[in-house]
Amino acid sequence: MEEKEEVVCLNQYIVVKIGNEQYGIDIKYVDNIVRMQRITRVPKAQNYFKGVINLRGEVIAVMSMRLKFGLESDTITNNTRIIIIKLDPQSAIGILVDEVKEVVTLDIEAIDKSKYNAKEEKSAYLFGVGQHEGTLISILDIESVIVENL
Amino acid sequence: MDVSQYLEIFIDETKEHLQSISEQLLVLEKEPENEETINIIFRAAHSLKGMAGTMGYKRMQNLTHDMENVFSEIRAGNMKVTSQLVDVLFKSLDALEEYSTNIQETADEGTNDNEEIIKQLNDILAQGVGSNKNQKEKHKESFIKQSIKKETTPTNTSLSFNNIKIADYEKNAIIKAKSIGEKAYGITITISENCILKAARAFLVFKALEEFGDVIKSYPDVQDIEDEKFDYEFNVIIITKDSEAKVKEAVLNVSEIKNVELSVIEVNENEVVNETKEEKVSQPVELNKNVQAAAVVEQKAAIKENIQESLKQEDKKSPQNNSAVQAKQPQKTNAKVNRSVRVDIEKLDVLMNLVSELIIAKNGLVSISNDEDNSINNSGFNEQIEYLERVTTSLHESVMKVRMVPIESVVNRFPRMIRDLNKKLGKKMELYMTGEDTELDRTVIDEIGDPLMHLLRNAADHGLEGNAERLANGKPEVGSIFLDAYQDGNNVVIEVRDDGSGINIEKVKRKALEKGTITEEQGKSITDKEVIDLLFRPSFSTSEVITDVSGRGVGLDVVKTKIEALGGDIECRTKLGEGSNFIIRLPLTLAIIQALMVELGTEKYAIPLGNIQTIEDIGYEDVKFVQTKEVINLRGSVIPLIRLDKVLDVEPREEKPETLTIVIVTKGDKVAGLVVDNLIGQQEIVIKSLGKYINNNKIINGATILGDGEVALIIDVNTLV
Repeated sequence: MEEKEEVVCLNQYIVVKIGNEQYGIDIKYVDNIVRMQRITRVPKAQNYFKGVINLRGEVIAVMSMRLKFGLESDTITNNTRIIIIKLDPQSAIGILVDEVKEVVTLDIEAIDKSKYNAKEEKSAYLFGVGQHEGTLISILDIESVIVENL
Repeated sequence: MDVSQYLEIFIDETKEHLQSISEQLLVLEKEPENEETINIIFRAAHSLKGMAGTMGYKRMQNLTHDMENVFSEIRAGNMKVTSQLVDVLFKSLDALEEYSTNIQETADEGTNDNEEIIKQLNDILAQGVGSNKNQKEKHKESFIKQSIKKETTPTNTSLSFNNIKIADYEKNAIIKAKSIGEKAYGITITISENCILKAARAFLVFKALEEFGDVIKSYPDVQDIEDEKFDYEFNVIIITKDSEAKVKEAVLNVSEIKNVELSVIEVNENEVVNETKEEKVSQPVELNKNVQAAAVVEQKAAIKENIQESLKQEDKKSPQNNSAVQAKQPQKTNAKVNRSVRVDIEKLDVLMNLVSELIIAKNGLVSISNDEDNSINNSGFNEQIEYLERVTTSLHESVMKVRMVPIESVVNRFPRMIRDLNKKLGKKMELYMTGEDTELDRTVIDEIGDPLMHLLRNAADHGLEGNAERLANGKPEVGSIFLDAYQDGNNVVIEVRDDGSGINIEKVKRKALEKGTITEEQGKSITDKEVIDLLFRPSFSTSEVITDVSGRGVGLDVVKTKIEALGGDIECRTKLGEGSNFIIRLPLTLAIIQALMVELGTEKYAIPLGNIQTIEDIGYEDVKFVQTKEVINLRGSVIPLIRLDKVLDVEPREEKPETLTIVIVTKGDKVAGLVVDNLIGQQEIVIKSLGKYINNNKIINGATILGDGEVALIIDVNTLV
């Protein structure tokens, strides 16, 4: 339906590393990127929630992408970052990634929406696969990552 | 005339009048002869009519006019109050409320003429007055005059500037003015009867007059005028160089001024005892007063300007929408009126004082930090910090108080509702309310109305038996429903109670089995409490017949969801044959609470202080087991223990302390002991939401940020106990 708009639409994505793969997150959802900090565990929450952090006086829930994707749990390194995502202005959420690489600009047309392997569990969270300078970047459908299981 | 700036005031006042009419009608139904009541209703109806008329809401005006006619006849003793009449009057009230809602949403009253109701009203009027056939026709014309007369007769007709007592110093001023070629005029100004803001008009008049010269006197005095303590007339004396006509024209330029009378005041010089000293002293006082009053009025005017400003913005969206009067406005204009809280001036004064103290405390700190010699001022620094703490605590309290609204504003419509249900269901019942002055946060007040209404309807429909059945069971014929509100620690409790048949647990269980809500197996082991909890499940209704009052099974679960969304909870107690009691527990404040900080393993948690009864140290040997559950015997009562570290999956500490630290918490009359590893202390905490994504079984109802930036979770005792 929005094909016409999409032709001229160049989107910027933040490229992050989770496990061995690179993922792209649409920059319009990203509010902030912060370093790893102390996370307060929240008991009885969904297993992929690491807990909550204090981001300048706001309490923000943090989920681990690794746990969400069914990978082994995070090892915190100097490169670990929390990306603060805001789907709507009132509710922010942090997602924990292994590393933030760069910001790339991709033409939405260049994103292949069928290439991903539909059998994989995490494919439900993917929007498509884009290419940038020879490397493949899986574009995350950030809404389905966050909003699922409400 | 552009009246849009008064819209907010109009809506507020309309609601007040409607509410007061509704209350008084209920009284009137019981005591048809109560003159006081009839007078109150009449006055309210009259004011409504006037207001609606000024704002240009013709339909509303027509309807109130006819209502007023009826009341006028009642007042004159030509008619008797009947139940049928009260019904029609209530219908008219509903129609008026509909207008008012329409106005609030779209600034237009809508197109419903409510001819039916008007006709009924007139029929009643015709019947009631009986032989007086011409009455009906005559009425419409004569009425307006009549009512105006009634309104104005009590006011002094002799109230003109000639009767103003002129003090000596004022006479001196007039004489002095004369000597330099100025004149003193006495002016009597009459404001039109349907003016809404008399004080504001008066202020405009004063302002217009002050351009010409000095207003030296007014009757009533400026303060009274400012407080609207005058009818439609007021008088001023002004000293000016300008001509009579000019002054008069200026006053008439102010809108809604009906009449201006003006004449020159002559003062007999001989009468004046020449006391120049007194003149000097007292005149400034008078002036001061004027200035003060003017300042207040100015403030009011500023507020009005704000309203106008916001309305103007709306206007930009719909250019034709210049005044609310225009009927052909676009339908889609959004809600016109912001949510507001009416705040007691005193509360604001307290706030203002606290803010000034806050500034002083801050300045104290600044001066200390500017002092270079650090060694001496350490104690001073601590003193300032303590001061600051005191001020912020009081500031928080007062801000909270400003947000608090008595629950009365929600519950006062319920008597009327029960009356309607009375007729609809054919059951006799009576509503008893207590604690209407219990205060709750504004946000809670806004949301609590519907759940309470659901519960009351439930009580009326399912709870109470029919009158015959009641008599057969040896109960009083008239059923009772109770609505009690009271404060309990950090919570406000609202109970909705009836003396009806209570919940038949067996019947609910059968129904649940039938519907497959529970399995056969579960049915055997299920406790009574769990059965009652089933009632709060979605789409679970035990009523055999669905009426339009209740029984669709959407009630209780909606009630529960709503109350939980407000941070509260609901429970139900019932006794077969004796009635049921729904207990709603709501947090008093939503933002800041006092809490006890505790440690579990390495983690910190906050327990709201309002839930805590005592803190005990108990030796291991004192922990007993009842049905494999840990309990302690504390001063004669057996209290179940909750191991918080197990509930919250905290890794237990290695070393075991010699005694258990137990925080005894209560929820209503239930008591439990929470076992914690360590106590940190009491602290005022700001409650923050965990956000909507994280899901934690409601044991944690929020988080707070501690002084060192760490996040601590707040335990919801109500779900634990």
